[in-house]
Amino acid sequence: MIRATASRSLAVLLVSAAMLAIACGGGGGASQPAKTVIQNKGSDTMVNVAQVWAEEYRKAAPDVEVEVSGGGSGVGLAALIRGTIDVANSSRDIKPSESEQAQKNTGKPPKGFVVGFDALAVYVHKDNPLAEISFEQLTELYAEHGKIARWSELGVKIPGASDDTIVRVSRQSSSGTYEFFREHALGNRDFRLGSRDLNGSKEVVELVGSTLTAIGYSGMGYATPGVKMLKVAHSKTEPAVAPTIAAVHDKTYPLARSLHVYTLGEPQGAVKAYIDWILSDAGQKVVQDSGYVPVPKEQPAAR
Amino acid sequence: MSPDSPPETARARPRRSRAAILAERALEAVIRLSGVSAILFVAAIFFFVLREAAPVLVKDQFSLAQFLFSTEWYPTSAQNVRYGTFALTVGTLSVTALAMLLAVPFGLGAAVYLSEFCPPRVRETLKIVIELLSAIPSVVWGFIGLTVMSRLIVQTTGAPVGVNLLNGGIILALMSVPVIVSIGEDALKAVPDSFREAGMALGATRWQLVYRVLLPAARNGLLAAVLLGVGRAVGETMAVLMATGHAVHIPTGLLDSVRTLTANIAAELGEAPAGSDHYRVLFLTGTLLFLITFAVNLTADFVVRGVRRR
Repeated sequence: MIRATASRSLAVLLVSAAMLAIACGGGGGASQPAKTVIQNKGSDTMVNVAQVWAEEYRKAAPDVEVEVSGGGSGVGLAALIRGTIDVANSSRDIKPSESEQAQKNTGKPPKGFVVGFDALAVYVHKDNPLAEISFEQLTELYAEHGKIARWSELGVKIPGASDDTIVRVSRQSSSGTYEFFREHALGNRDFRLGSRDLNGSKEVVELVGSTLTAIGYSGMGYATPGVKMLKVAHSKTEPAVAPTIAAVHDKTYPLARSLHVYTLGEPQGAVKAYIDWILSDAGQKVVQDSGYVPVPKEQPAAR
Repeated sequence: MSPDSPPETARARPRRSRAAILAERALEAVIRLSGVSAILFVAAIFFFVLREAAPVLVKDQFSLAQFLFSTEWYPTSAQNVRYGTFALTVGTLSVTALAMLLAVPFGLGAAVYLSEFCPPRVRETLKIVIELLSAIPSVVWGFIGLTVMSRLIVQTTGAPVGVNLLNGGIILALMSVPVIVSIGEDALKAVPDSFREAGMALGATRWQLVYRVLLPAARNGLLAAVLLGVGRAVGETMAVLMATGHAVHIPTGLLDSVRTLTANIAAELGEAPAGSDHYRVLFLTGTLLFLITFAVNLTADFVVRGVRRR
């Protein structure tokens, strides 16, 4: 009886070991069908446009698949430096330190292409009577050591608001929008801590649209009926300009920015075809339909 | 019986085969290894995280005092890089404390109800429902916090923004309650019936039975339940990332937005280039989280031991 139990437990041990070996050996055998995959990652401002590009491009080139994800310009560029993606979207210029690191890591310098333009709009709730704002006021609001904390200090009284404190809505530090705003509106001063740092462009506009006393910044293409965009002036003495497509084209809007894609070295093969398609009429039509400004026809595409 | 032949009992005793003895020794070794492996894994994880963080500790510009006690978190600054996690630590501790304040009474109360007062059929249904509550993914809890709870908080308290400390605390409490209830109920069930019978024989009411006999008898298990709830709350990332407002700010009231250490790591690790100072400081933040959890568990362990000695 005892001998039978011992041999049974031994048998169980042997069978389970055999099953484990089969499972480990059989898992690696599956083969993938041959299909080119382009990994595209980066700017949250551009993620909607990038997804539409990917879908439209599948109609133009059915054997190429473009996988799009967001995360912020910083995340996309970091992935490009690591060499894990093919195309990085960015709503800001690549920093020299990032370029050097990419060259050091992968041996290829990053190459950038301007694929569109955007206006970084300052949003407030639609019931907020404020109509325009200057860079000085934005610095006093958002920058470290800034003095403005209440709407009354800006000379604004919001009807229906019980509390006068300004609710500052911002983006997380991985965002290209964050870096662009810091560089141009705040003059490279650090942001004041205590702002609500949200993940994406859409979330900023949603929060501002549902909070009477909020102010936030996001891409022009994310506007909803619940918010309004402020006119922005370089300084109190200059006229404030509204974010429109025309103002972005002739660079009168102070927070006009270019949207980029970056690749490692000169793009080859499928990646080159994709970028050429983005810069063609079909790709630029997508840019326009998404609420951004397409590259003007006369401007050279490569930067 | 002749005196020369050996006694019947000695020959009749069965002998185990060598294979059986070896198999048993092998199984014992495997079980011992599994037990030790828990300690090994924890030590290995701590070592890995510390190894990624260590190079920044010896750098000149990095100050450990600033890291631990400064409220200024500016890792990507163009001019003045500062790594101060004090506001984040306060965020983690305040959200966890609020969550435990809400979860422990409800959780332990539910455990007592399930174990002592509940009719058996209701108990089975309730247990299933509570297990379902713990099966909800944390990102779904984050959505609930961001949309439903945020609107509720704005309507009932008149706060300007609904994503704040209160929101994060309520969501974390809802996530921790199932953990506390399951383990607490097991701890109470483990108390032998003789305790209850003795109490009833002495004329105790049901409440007296619970309060004076069962809770003290099950306190180790109940403390383990609460500690697991605390562990879940401290380590939670996605739900607090969405529900707390993600503001680096020491909260002055329940309606202020905060940022936790976990949400900070999740939001920033993707963009920190591998091997950079920012990356290493984020791993150091992970080590800090590890130490906070370890300290909480150690304190609770000492408290239990002190209570046991009395």
